[in-house]
Amino acid sequence: MPFTFKPFHLMSPEDYAGIGLRCGLEVHRQLITRTKLFCRCPAGRYSKDYDAEILRHMRPTLSELGEYDGTALMEKKTRKNIHYRVHHGTVCTYEFDDTPPFFMADDALDAAIELALLLRLNLVSELHIARKQYLDGSIPTGFQRTTILGVNGWIPYKGRKIGIRQLGLEEDACREVSDIGHDRVYLTDRLGMPLVEPVTEPDMRTPQEAADVAQIIRKLCRSTGKVRTGIGTVRQDVNVSVKGGTRVEVKGVPQIWRIPRLVYNEARRQCALLHIRDELRRREISPETLEHRADEVTRIVAKTRYQPLRSAIEQGLRVKCVVLKGFAGLLNEETQEHTTFAKEFSDRVRVIACLTHLPNMAHSDTASESLYGRDWQKLGRRMSAGSNDALILVWGNEADTETACQEVVLRAREAATGVPSDTRQALKDGTNGFERVLPGADRMYPDTDLPPLAIPQDRVERIRKRLPEFVWDREARYRAMGLSDEMVEALSLSPRGELFSRLVDELGTDPTFAAVVTCQRMKAFRRSGLNPELLRDDEVMEVFKAYAHGRLAREGVVKVLRRTLETRTREPDREVMVADVLQALNAKPLSDEEMAAQVKAAVDRLDDHRFSTSAKRHRHLMGVLMNDLAGRADGGRVAQMVAVTLGTHGDCSASAEGRA
Amino acid sequence: MSDKRFQGYRGEGKAVLERYGVGVWSEVDVESTRGRFAGLILPRSETSDDKHVVLKLENGYNVGIAADSISNITEHGRREAHYKIPEKEFPTNPAKPHVTLFGTGGTIASRLDYRTGAVIPAFSPGELYGSVPELADLCNLRTEKLYGVFSENMGPEQYIRLAESIGEEIAKGVDGIVIGHGTDTMHHTSAILTFMVQDSPIPIVMVGSQRSSDRPSSDAAINLINAVKAAAEGDIAEVVVCMFGPTSDQYCLLHRGTRVRKMHSSYRSTFRTVGDIPLAMVDQEKITHLRDDYKRRRSDRSVKINTAFEEMVTILYYYPGMRPDVLDAIVDKGYRGLVIAGTGLGHVNKPVYPALKRAADKGMHVYMTVQTLWGYVQMYVYETGREIMELGVVPASNMLPEVAYMKLCWALGQTDDRDEVRRIMLTPIADETTEREPYNGYLIYQGAIPEVQEFLRTIKR
Repeated sequence: MPFTFKPFHLMSPEDYAGIGLRCGLEVHRQLITRTKLFCRCPAGRYSKDYDAEILRHMRPTLSELGEYDGTALMEKKTRKNIHYRVHHGTVCTYEFDDTPPFFMADDALDAAIELALLLRLNLVSELHIARKQYLDGSIPTGFQRTTILGVNGWIPYKGRKIGIRQLGLEEDACREVSDIGHDRVYLTDRLGMPLVEPVTEPDMRTPQEAADVAQIIRKLCRSTGKVRTGIGTVRQDVNVSVKGGTRVEVKGVPQIWRIPRLVYNEARRQCALLHIRDELRRREISPETLEHRADEVTRIVAKTRYQPLRSAIEQGLRVKCVVLKGFAGLLNEETQEHTTFAKEFSDRVRVIACLTHLPNMAHSDTASESLYGRDWQKLGRRMSAGSNDALILVWGNEADTETACQEVVLRAREAATGVPSDTRQALKDGTNGFERVLPGADRMYPDTDLPPLAIPQDRVERIRKRLPEFVWDREARYRAMGLSDEMVEALSLSPRGELFSRLVDELGTDPTFAAVVTCQRMKAFRRSGLNPELLRDDEVMEVFKAYAHGRLAREGVVKVLRRTLETRTREPDREVMVADVLQALNAKPLSDEEMAAQVKAAVDRLDDHRFSTSAKRHRHLMGVLMNDLAGRADGGRVAQMVAVTLGTHGDCSASAEGRA
Repeated sequence: MSDKRFQGYRGEGKAVLERYGVGVWSEVDVESTRGRFAGLILPRSETSDDKHVVLKLENGYNVGIAADSISNITEHGRREAHYKIPEKEFPTNPAKPHVTLFGTGGTIASRLDYRTGAVIPAFSPGELYGSVPELADLCNLRTEKLYGVFSENMGPEQYIRLAESIGEEIAKGVDGIVIGHGTDTMHHTSAILTFMVQDSPIPIVMVGSQRSSDRPSSDAAINLINAVKAAAEGDIAEVVVCMFGPTSDQYCLLHRGTRVRKMHSSYRSTFRTVGDIPLAMVDQEKITHLRDDYKRRRSDRSVKINTAFEEMVTILYYYPGMRPDVLDAIVDKGYRGLVIAGTGLGHVNKPVYPALKRAADKGMHVYMTVQTLWGYVQMYVYETGREIMELGVVPASNMLPEVAYMKLCWALGQTDDRDEVRRIMLTPIADETTEREPYNGYLIYQGAIPEVQEFLRTIKR
């Protein structure tokens, strides 16, 4: 019976409960620091330019407890040449493993301690740096320097606790440029950047819950103001398992909205693999009894019309065939959306045997799409295969096809066991592909290059004192003030949160106005090329104080802030004070008499014959006046005064709105 | 309770373990003011403080828990780790050459030491083979651990035993010798072995690593494979150093033992032939000779072993403003030989002259080398140089200071006769002084210069 699974949009929480879905998250986030974590290279400088290339190979080593790690052995099989591109501005000899580490960056550690406290973790007293092996070459040392700050924390979600297993602080890896055949190319600019990595318990029960919790963690991180934002600065790994399945890690999800579909597909894949295992059992195939045979068949298929195979043979490559006894029909089983079981084999062949040119495999279950029936018949005879057996063809050089045949058999054997422990790559269409064997604790090794680092209580207390309010508390508070959802989100992640509270609490500022200035206006300043960080919170307070005390019109607030920033940006050497700008602008609100005089003067200067209608005249007048009075008078009041003066009261006030 | 139970713990840390009746390798739950932690108690490094207990958590991470924060520890099991390399018997193949690997220590053969938390030389060469099976494709290997010391702890006693052991192996009929050695003083050892072991019929290849073999990026395996290849199949019957050539994983260089020097504290391509070019490049496929003036492999078993060594020799690294009392002190302590690393072409300042004269009068043998490392001592160019020579200082041509030191130790171990010492010092045995410096013997590229950048961009260095 073929395997069926409900489509994504029809799956209910009960359906997920039925298959026993469990999800956990690992979120990797770059910190805002001056330098990289273990060297003094500048942080956060990215460039695809490079000055030199370095070639390395990786060799598996024993773990601290004397074991070889599975991932390590897998990477050894791939025999990859790793090419690193290095740029003098972003990388020093530390990153490519020719200089030992320097002491850990203090600002990174402080930020990580802050996050550990927000996640309510049990803090460790002494950090031990570990080496976590990565033999894919993404780190030239072959390991990532990593440490954990605390264990067993939690965050609230829908009235329950989501467990936080641990918080790590570690260095980021290289960016992959390409991976073709036996050559993998990396950019090293991102290498060594400090990352925090909160890891949750597998407490999420639906794909949507996984995305929701990812959002909460995102907001919590951002509320510290110490994490980087933007493309490439954050990557989520999602751990997925179903009842009877295995913990599988779907790696490198860049955006949170992608999480639900990825979780759905992985859950579906595990259910499908369990179904295939049951079917194999029914066919009396177990890992021990699995029968297989592999042989070279280049001659048999020499005249095939199947183009990929044909061109491979023309290039002098070899073709090998693996027979999997009793596997007929299974390779066409759907495991994910638009993905069949055959891809599990093709992925392994691509990643481990390095046959990266796709298609890299053909199989007898899709006879019509690849070789002709008569080709398969010839192959079947040559390999003594019957109608219950599946045939898989691979092509490449001698060594790679040898590895490919072994991998096909290994994967088939795993199919008889169930769901293999993989690390899988998140794909754009919501499905996932094989990346590597899931590494175990065996790949951890103490780093002997740096001594343990104690985190004394006074350091923790110093950080605890300036801890931001929990982001969920903040959101609830802002919502209660009547702010819009958009404003609530922006403000709760804004580093000016404390300023906002003081504006509202101490000065009685209207919350919406305070939120517009502290969030939206600051963003607008940045967009127009100004650096809003040049304005200190107490300076913004000073400006609002002037407004609150009637020394500055509402319109003048933004104007003073902008003028101050403009001067500081253009003339960095000049020490300009907010008070000076306040005075220079003379943005004191106009009294009714002053405004009447201004309006009258403007009206007197007006050449009446230029305007065909009174509305046009009114608009022109408003333009002139608001330019003169900007920051000193409210647009509504000016419009009213103009209407009174022109005797057109009431007909044009709407056009004056929004010019302030 | 034995010390092993509290391996590395003392003071507060040990007290807290004793209080709750637990020790190293106990699986425990710890309650502390910072919360609960579950894990395996690990040994503590002796150089770390006495205020923390180290736990290995389930996730593989190690963490330290402050002893004074611990309110309870309960043990629920014990699990001792055994760090062991899979040891396999080396396959024998009568058709392949016989190589002997001497172990002296250093990071080519190292592992983690919990006591000190540092890397220590502790792999037996047998275990070493367990992790580098490629060696079996090259030779029949016999291993012998002579020492397990860091290279800075190598000294006359070790040099002499090493030279004698080499002599014995040659007599036994091996086809090549490899010496695993720490990198810091590898060039000192390669120099003295060149003098102590002369006219060897077979290659004597020194090898080490700049990244310990517990790292996936280690150069230990590739260096060792290439060294064994040079020893088993190579034609160069001299004392050579085999280490990483470029910083990329491509090939090793074979350097003549008297002209090689460690030039960077941490780079893997740290060894360079100074003032000349290396002998050959080696990779897993082939040995590419870069020059042909080397001593060929022979089938006879004759070799000259001369382990003379005088320890009362020292090096003086000259600096501006040096006062003569430094030199006087050396003389008064009874030193018989002195190598000066002088400035430029081989100079020291005038105030030192009387002390030099006094040293000569007391029978001290003084040789001049250059701290520029590249280039010759030339004491005729300036008046001062001639004055210094008149005080009995002998220019040592382009001998590297460390090599001159080793050679003077060796020479003074044989004779005290001024002329004879001078003859030994200035008669090259294996290019410790050369008649000419080739145009490509001095290459220190300067970064950022366009043509150098172009080279770096296109060549995997």
